[in-house]
Amino acid sequence: MKISAIKELLKAEVICGEEDLEREVYSACGSDMMSDVLAYVKDQGVLLTGLVNSQVIRTAEMMDMVCIVFVRNKRPTEEMVELAKEMGIVMLCSPKRMYEACGKLYMNGLNGNGATV
Amino acid sequence: MSEPLKFRFDVQGGNFTSAGQASVLVKKNLRQIGLPPEIIRRVSIAMYEGEINMVIHAGGGVAEVLVFEDKVEIVLDDKGPGIPNIELAMKEGFSTAPDNIRSLGFGAGMGLPNMKRYTDSMNIETELGKGTKITMVVNF
Repeated sequence: MKISAIKELLKAEVICGEEDLEREVYSACGSDMMSDVLAYVKDQGVLLTGLVNSQVIRTAEMMDMVCIVFVRNKRPTEEMVELAKEMGIVMLCSPKRMYEACGKLYMNGLNGNGATV
Repeated sequence: MSEPLKFRFDVQGGNFTSAGQASVLVKKNLRQIGLPPEIIRRVSIAMYEGEINMVIHAGGGVAEVLVFEDKVEIVLDDKGPGIPNIELAMKEGFSTAPDNIRSLGFGAGMGLPNMKRYTDSMNIETELGKGTKITMVVNF
């Protein structure tokens, strides 16, 4: 799925990384616990989260993720935006809640196990 | 045998916002050296968890990463309170992190287990009231 499709499905606003919206991603995960993301995630390109702090960006960078979606209209700080730009990570902001956001993406073919659909 | 390439960082304690900076830099450096992506990921996740631990529990410390021909060694040395029960600390889900850290997305009791999970060996030397030194190795 292209990141631009995620943007459409989640009615999301692009915070940064507009130039990478045509990048393909193959799976996603949703969590507010970064420790769990570090423990269980493998090859997921997208992180959906309601947590807003710099560690979200660093965790995504550590896991080689390319896109972060903030759910429930959470907005990253200026510092986080700068960090994400530096790392080439696309950030989206969606009004949807975590459950619905994950469900929409899953229903449209973005699964959670890293395999190409 | 040639001298290992060495990176050294002072990790500031108590500053959660900047926690992880050293790990991000290490990742960048290892990419420049051209190590395989999977090795880089394992090293940087293990170091990131360790760095966060040093910030949360130990008031900071020193992180060193040594790149040898066949392995990467990560040494995290702090002057924190030490770990009273290593066996318990290694259990997934066991955490002594305060609630405010949990609200920041950490403190789930996954730090040390994750560090072990992503490395080939991990050694913990700890003394109560003196500090903790963790040495991790990722083989190529």
